[in-house]
Amino acid sequence: MSWTEHAPILIIAAPLLVSFAIPLLEKIDYRVRNAAAVLSLAFSVWMVLIVLHKIWGSGPVVYVFGAKSAFLPLPSGFKFPVRIMLEIDNMSAFMALSGSIAAMVGVIYSWAFVREEEGGLGKYYSLFLLMAVGMLGMELTGDAFNFFVFLEIASIASFGLIAYRREDPASIEASFKYMIVSTIGAIFVLVAIGFLYGRYDALNMAYIAKHMRIGIVERIAFVLLMVSLAMKAGAVPMHMWVSDAYGRAPAAVTATLVSVSQASLYGLFRVMFSMFGVTMNNHFGGWMLIIFGLLSMFIGVTMAIVQKDIKRLMAYHAISQTGYMLLGVGVGLAVLDNPVALRSYGLAAMTGGIFHIMNHAMYKGLLFLTAGAIFYRLRTFNLNEMGGLARKMKYTTIYFIIGAAAIAGLPPFNGFASKLMIYESVYKFNPLLSVVAMVVSILTLASFVKVFHSAFLGPEISKTRDVREVPKSMVIGMGIMAVICILFGLFPGMVVKYLAGPAAVSLANQTGYISSVIGGGM
Amino acid sequence: MFYDIHYVTIVFLIALGIYAVMFQHNLIKIAIGIDILESGANLLLIVLGYRNGGVAPIFTMAPQGKSMVLPTPQALTLTAIVIGLATTALMLSLIVMLYRHYGTLDTREIRRLRG
Repeated sequence: MSWTEHAPILIIAAPLLVSFAIPLLEKIDYRVRNAAAVLSLAFSVWMVLIVLHKIWGSGPVVYVFGAKSAFLPLPSGFKFPVRIMLEIDNMSAFMALSGSIAAMVGVIYSWAFVREEEGGLGKYYSLFLLMAVGMLGMELTGDAFNFFVFLEIASIASFGLIAYRREDPASIEASFKYMIVSTIGAIFVLVAIGFLYGRYDALNMAYIAKHMRIGIVERIAFVLLMVSLAMKAGAVPMHMWVSDAYGRAPAAVTATLVSVSQASLYGLFRVMFSMFGVTMNNHFGGWMLIIFGLLSMFIGVTMAIVQKDIKRLMAYHAISQTGYMLLGVGVGLAVLDNPVALRSYGLAAMTGGIFHIMNHAMYKGLLFLTAGAIFYRLRTFNLNEMGGLARKMKYTTIYFIIGAAAIAGLPPFNGFASKLMIYESVYKFNPLLSVVAMVVSILTLASFVKVFHSAFLGPEISKTRDVREVPKSMVIGMGIMAVICILFGLFPGMVVKYLAGPAAVSLANQTGYISSVIGGGM
Repeated sequence: MFYDIHYVTIVFLIALGIYAVMFQHNLIKIAIGIDILESGANLLLIVLGYRNGGVAPIFTMAPQGKSMVLPTPQALTLTAIVIGLATTALMLSLIVMLYRHYGTLDTREIRRLRG
């Protein structure tokens, strides 16, 4: 009985508590407020590491609120899962690690990036922490309705944050657009959960998965969940909100919003693998993911090439990179019922896709933060109004090169490692898919060469004459992500062995997910 | 004969909400559409837990021999209503700000972000 037994809930509870304490802390001093926000998320990262260590030792961690077991035995001896619980396997812990690091960096970066005179900073930090809480909750929960609640917490907090610069009409418009799309998606998630509850009288995901019998109601629920979660993850053809929301939110928010969308992506994978798995037609689900992935990759990158606005351009690349994750994991799902194919390339494809999730959170976060650094000094996103920044902002330039090389999949950065895994394994499934993925990667490189050329090289223009490097907190925030990009690129074997590989195995292992909650019996 | 009337109502409400969101050009009407959609979802949850002739699920006041309606969907609905309230409030305040910036509520004229 040590306090680390409660580590799973502390991951969520620490930022939640601080988020509501922030209006009080603000009365003391703004430094206390900012430090509390950073420390609460650093604490979450630490707790995730503790939980991860426990999972390596003894398998998935199940944390039930207020009791030992999620089940309530009735007088008749029938046991029923009534309690809310967190269920954390390798996949959840992997996502939570990536998300909590991204959120922590976002808050560190905000320290200087969001200026006091812009006002409303207390609310900004409260919402920021609430967004992180929603994201972490989605990734850790084992209860379908709880998933919906955290989804809404993350969404509502992000609506507020996207509209933070409220003197800019475009950011209000972006927030409103995202709000309509996201609310409708969330309502359909609720309807689907209602359908499943009506059939199984339970909200516990593992219990539903155990008793899953495919009928017409389950098919409807499956399609509703798949479409609305894919939309929240920003997959084409439901991607219209991504470019607006990512492009208009403050850069620190955008960097975390990438991870929040990935929490929906995680929800999509969780539903498809752990709840439905092979009882549903996994070829249909797998091919849907692959098609979403191909469309996202290709349409995302072609839209990105024509953009003039640096953050909008990066937002389209975010859509395109989401395609790689869908492609990798989709191939794994398509061969889930075939153990030979799963072992020979399916798991490798899933590992690549999952590894890409964390890599994407890091390098895309880094790129958005460099765009924010440029905006901090120039107050513009327009590529035509930039030039010669390499001589003025040397840290930002180096970070941009790291991020751009990673997203284009150049060695020795992290994007190369995960993309190579996806190319190799997807090639064995279907060579054509692999070719598309490579072409998209080349187009990505072309697009970032263009950005680098027009923003950082060339002669300085009148606007960029007295630009200086950005303040220290922004340099540190970007530095953390850049270091992770390089480390993951230099030691991909370690990451695959300890983080991404086990995550793929636990995602593919539906019986393991069920039995860690329900146990051998029942 | 009207055994399924509540399911018909749910489908009608959801269809009406989607219609309003997709084909109306007035921001307030879109907000109303989303509210109707939410009501449809909430009604679905309530209907799932309803038992014919059931009483309110209050444990200490349950009369002998009568069936209670399921309490869980009601708890879910309460949560969903609160979330819906937050969404609606935020949506209306965004509409107020959009109106201040653009001077109109017509979605065809509020189009700064394209391409």
